[in-house]
Formats: sequence, C-alpha cells, structure tokens
Amino acid sequence: MAELKAKTPYETVTGGASGPERMEVTPFVAVEVDPGALTSLAPYKGQAKALSTALEAAHGMGLPKPNRMTGKQSAQALWFGRDMALLIGPAPDASLAAHAAVTDQSDAWSVVELSGPGVDEVLARLVPVDLRGHVFKRGHTARTLVGHMSASVTRTGADSFRIMVFRSMVKTLFRELHHAMIGVSARREAAGAG
Amino acid sequence: MRITCPICGERDIREFTYQGAAVALDRPDPEAGDEAWDHYVHLRENPAGRTRDLWYHSGGCSAWVVVTRDTVTHEVFDTELAEEAKA
Repeated sequence: MAELKAKTPYETVTGGASGPERMEVTPFVAVEVDPGALTSLAPYKGQAKALSTALEAAHGMGLPKPNRMTGKQSAQALWFGRDMALLIGPAPDASLAAHAAVTDQSDAWSVVELSGPGVDEVLARLVPVDLRGHVFKRGHTARTLVGHMSASVTRTGADSFRIMVFRSMVKTLFRELHHAMIGVSARREAAGAG
Repeated sequence: MRITCPICGERDIREFTYQGAAVALDRPDPEAGDEAWDHYVHLRENPAGRTRDLWYHSGGCSAWVVVTRDTVTHEVFDTELAEEAKA
C-alpha cells in the first residue's frame, strides 16, 4: 500500500520544500503552523446559547462574540463570520452536532503566524483594519482582507498575529507578507542609518 | 467611503460588494400584475442624493447589509442587516 504523508498547504501548493514554510526578514518572521483540527460551528436558528453551553462543557470555552476569540492554547473558538465560529485544536465533541452544523475545515485553511517587534506596521500595509495594539488587542479577531485575499486575522500576542487564508492562497500570502516585511524593514534601516 | 457593518463595525469599502437598489426587499405579489413586475425587475431610480441599497460584506462576515447613503456627498446615514430591514 502506498505510504501517505501529510503535507502542509505551502508544500502542496509549491510542490517543493519540506516541512512548514518559514520566512524571515529581520526583525519579522512568518511561519506556517499546524493548528490541529479546524471545525466550523454554525448554530441552528435560535440555538446559539445552547451551543455555547455545550461548547463550554465539552471544550472549556463559550461561543465567542463577533470579533473575538475564546479559549486557551489547546482549544480555541474563533469568531469566523456571521453566525459562525471555528473550533481550533481538538476534534469536535459529538454533543455539538445537536445545536449546530459541524463541518471539518482542517484542510481548507492555511494558518500562518506572523511575529516581530512592531509587526502591526507590516499588516498595516495589507489589511484595511486598524490593528494597532491599543485598538486591536490580544484575543481580538477580524474577518477582513489581506491584499485581495479573504482572511481571518487574530492578535495572539503583543507582537504576533495569526493569519488564515484559503489553503490554495498560501503562496500568495507569503509573497504579499514578504513584500510588506522588506518594505517596513528597509524603512527602519533607513531611519536608523539617517 | 466607510460602511458600518452591523456585525463587524466600521470597515473600509474594499471589504464590501455592491449589489444594487434595495428593491429586492420589496418583491411584489406574484399576482400583482405586469406593471408592478416590470417596475420591480427593470426600473430603477437614479437619485442624486439619498439612496438605499444592498451591500454584501464579502471580505468580512458575509452579512447582507442595507445601506442608506447619499450619492452626492458619500455620507452614510444608516446601515442595518438585510434580514432585519423593512422594505
């Protein structure tokens, strides 16, 4: 029997490389991460509260409000659009299916962690939402655009973001990020030298 | 122009897709007659001023939004979810 090997979205799209893609432009780093299972939870009409209770019992966090994320490192619920949340990490508990349409999205999205001091300056070149730290805090999320791509952007720390785009677009995402990263990096160098 | 999505908050116009006048919320009765249907399907106002139209938050939360705005000044007066909007 053929031996099947899991590949990251970037590996699949580019047909090359091995292991998760990592791109560094000092002082910024973009790296592909494996978030575990991704499952969309779309509550049936009037079932949002019941779903939130079931989610809390099964995975330890309630349903997130719009533009927010709930949960801990091991299991997170990310607001993912109108009447939809994305369960990140564990496989979904069977009890959730009573209140929501539960759909596996694991292979549909690529997840990239972008970090570095003042990294919001990089995203400011690509995303039409104010992502500065005093406005867009840790645990805040937005469904928005990165360049021309539909994306989910979440702040995971003082100098780090999680960016999700459709799996097929991960190469474009890295290219766009690279362009923005070298731009900001060069400006800082020029300011430092001057 | 910036549009306030009832779910996401104020967002850049790049995130939205324009659909057209909000007449779709006022669909005539199937038996309303040719004139009413002709008007519904083909005839549109083209106001210089206040207008009410449907926008899709395609680059955001995927909600349909009814936007009341001014075509001359680009001022946005009001936004509401299409689901909750009255024709």
